[in-house]
Amino acid sequence: MTLADLKRGQQGIIKDVSSIHIPLKLLEMGCLPGNLVELVQVAPFADPMYLNINGSHLAIRKETAIHILIETVDEQAD
Amino acid sequence: MSKQINVALIGNPNTGKTSVFNALTGLNQKVGNYPGITVEKKEGICKLPRGVKAHIIDLPGTYSLNASSLDENVVIELLLNKNDKDFPDVAVVISDVENLKRNLLLFTQIKDLEIPTILVINMSDRMAYKGISLDIEYLERKLQTKIALISTRKNKGIDDLKELITNYKDLSTTPCLNASSIDKNYFDNLRKAFPNQLLYKLWLVITQDVNFGKTNRKTIDDVSSFKTKSKTDLKRLQQKETIKRYQFINDTLKKGQTIDLASAKDLRIKLDRILTHKVWGYLIFGVILLTIFQAIYDWSSVPMDFIDSAFASLSEWTKSTLPDGAFTDLLAEGIIAGLGGIVIFIPQIAFLFLFIAILEESGYMSRVVFLMDRIMRRFGLSGKSVVPLISGTACAIPAIMATRNIESWKERLITILVTPFTTCSARLPVYLIIISLVIPEGRFLGLSYQALTLMLLYLIGFGAAVGSAYILNKVLKIRSKTFFVVEMPNYKLPLFKNVALTVIEKTKAFVFGAGKIILAISIVLWFLASYGPGEQFNNAERIVTEQYANVNLNEEELSQKIASHKLEHSFIGVTGRAIEPVIRPLGYDWKIGIAIVSSFAAREVFVGTLATIYSVGSDEEETIKNRMAGEVNPILGGPLFNFASGISLLLFYAFAMQCMSTLAIVKKETNSWKWPMYQLVIMSGFAYLVALIAFQILK
Repeated sequence: MTLADLKRGQQGIIKDVSSIHIPLKLLEMGCLPGNLVELVQVAPFADPMYLNINGSHLAIRKETAIHILIETVDEQAD
Repeated sequence: MSKQINVALIGNPNTGKTSVFNALTGLNQKVGNYPGITVEKKEGICKLPRGVKAHIIDLPGTYSLNASSLDENVVIELLLNKNDKDFPDVAVVISDVENLKRNLLLFTQIKDLEIPTILVINMSDRMAYKGISLDIEYLERKLQTKIALISTRKNKGIDDLKELITNYKDLSTTPCLNASSIDKNYFDNLRKAFPNQLLYKLWLVITQDVNFGKTNRKTIDDVSSFKTKSKTDLKRLQQKETIKRYQFINDTLKKGQTIDLASAKDLRIKLDRILTHKVWGYLIFGVILLTIFQAIYDWSSVPMDFIDSAFASLSEWTKSTLPDGAFTDLLAEGIIAGLGGIVIFIPQIAFLFLFIAILEESGYMSRVVFLMDRIMRRFGLSGKSVVPLISGTACAIPAIMATRNIESWKERLITILVTPFTTCSARLPVYLIIISLVIPEGRFLGLSYQALTLMLLYLIGFGAAVGSAYILNKVLKIRSKTFFVVEMPNYKLPLFKNVALTVIEKTKAFVFGAGKIILAISIVLWFLASYGPGEQFNNAERIVTEQYANVNLNEEELSQKIASHKLEHSFIGVTGRAIEPVIRPLGYDWKIGIAIVSSFAAREVFVGTLATIYSVGSDEEETIKNRMAGEVNPILGGPLFNFASGISLLLFYAFAMQCMSTLAIVKKETNSWKWPMYQLVIMSGFAYLVALIAFQILK
């Protein structure tokens, strides 16, 4: 699943980021494989998305979020 | 006396870098521009212990040394150029205790440049609140630096920082990690090809395409012994580098920082649940905007009245004190009247800047960006366009500079092009005087017609901006990568000192900028109106006396006829009447025409111009408003400023692109004359059309 599928309040672990579609700036703000991400809040139509990535609070658009692969935290526990 | 120490303040946005700068320099600071570009350059002097002085530069905020904007480029260009007179003897990296992990990324990059570096951990007063504790000694060892734990809010730790700056020679210049291990082969080759250069600098030059000294991207590519990589490969390497740096930071913080989540409180999440809510968020934003506009008008009316009467008495005093003559007239009628027209708006402009500064400082502006992004995107804009559109109500120039953090070029260009439609403070003088002339004083639902008209004009401005953005989005065929990242910083109570300094600085820049133009224009206008070519002007007295020989005029009436005959045949009158055919269909006479033409330098000149023209044309001392009310339309009869021509003028000023400074800034920001010329022609053409239709319907 991708970051865009996350529900409000849900957490996930970043698995992979497609470096062609993701700006370096986002990586530098902590959007890297292995980091924890939480969906804090969404604007109407679930876009943009307000995230807490590894302690960094930031908002990105859905079109960017679909290029970030994640695993939800409860999935991982299985 | 020893030489000044050059200090550069570097840090992520929202780390309180400016607060540290203000704490170090106080009022000893000045804001200018970097040569050739419009990036703000803030520098100041700080007194250190033992009589040493430091020259401090507050560099633009950046998340890393991989620049993605003009502002960030400034940071790299300075740090790579040892010959720059501002090249830092010591770099002070400012971090926020709550975002240490992310802030340290930039720190490790600076360390790789082998510049003596101090790490400032700011907002330390929030550590207990957040349950954070730090092992400073361990961190200093691991990061090869000295740490100053400070709180600008509580004014703590600043002296420690000053002490560290004074002893900058003791700082280590060893990098804290070896980033080149991400691709050993590649970096070994690079080192062999350029044995005398710093490896990390070379890497930055390759990935950024910036210059340092004599080395640039091309000279590296030209060395045959070294084979560089494709763009995609380089980007992959940069990603690897970032991961590598974070690994080091995570390892370091695992030991150096403990966070007790049980005692941590997070106000941000609680506030954001309401402030970014689908319904409440927008409602609150609406209420805040309304409050701001209401406050601007209510609060500034008292100081404005005071300034108004002060300038009126100053002008009167000049006339009665100085000997009669051309110079006194110029001073009293041209310069003082013109300057009064700008000084009177200081209160409103200051309040506007005050509110914008508070919105930015508190962190609320990012929430507005988040809320508005989806809506703005429908019009080809970005959520980040909201900031320029709001600050455009103060002045389009800083607003256009504020578009720099919009990542997509198309969205940024559209924002730049439509921002001049928002009602800037220079339009206010024009609106206010015309509204008071042509809109009746009644009330509707407790709101005065005049205030409603003003509000309507603001709405028209926003509507024009958003509407034209929609069209531009359809018309412009620009493919640009759109991505959007906005940090949602923690909420902060704005620091009084920061807000006050911003307001003073911005207001000063506005007043002096506009003041210079108004002064120049009022002098030129006064000369053009007081002298003229040919028979008609030079022999005005004889011609008029002969013309009215059979009519019984008293001396005063006669001298007034002479004055207006002179004005009509002065340089300005001749020019004005030449352009009159163009503006007559809009309901204006040649005097308004001259005022409009001079408004293309800056809109607020309008009132001053009419003041100058009318004072030259009459002997009586009257307020500018009464004089305008007394003007008669030469063709149609009746007052010149009536409902039809007034509305036509208001609409003309709402849409026309009349500000040379804005055109200049658009040229700088878009790097071409094409866009400002489009703005000038299309906006002003549209303004003419709308004003024409309005007058023809209403007359």
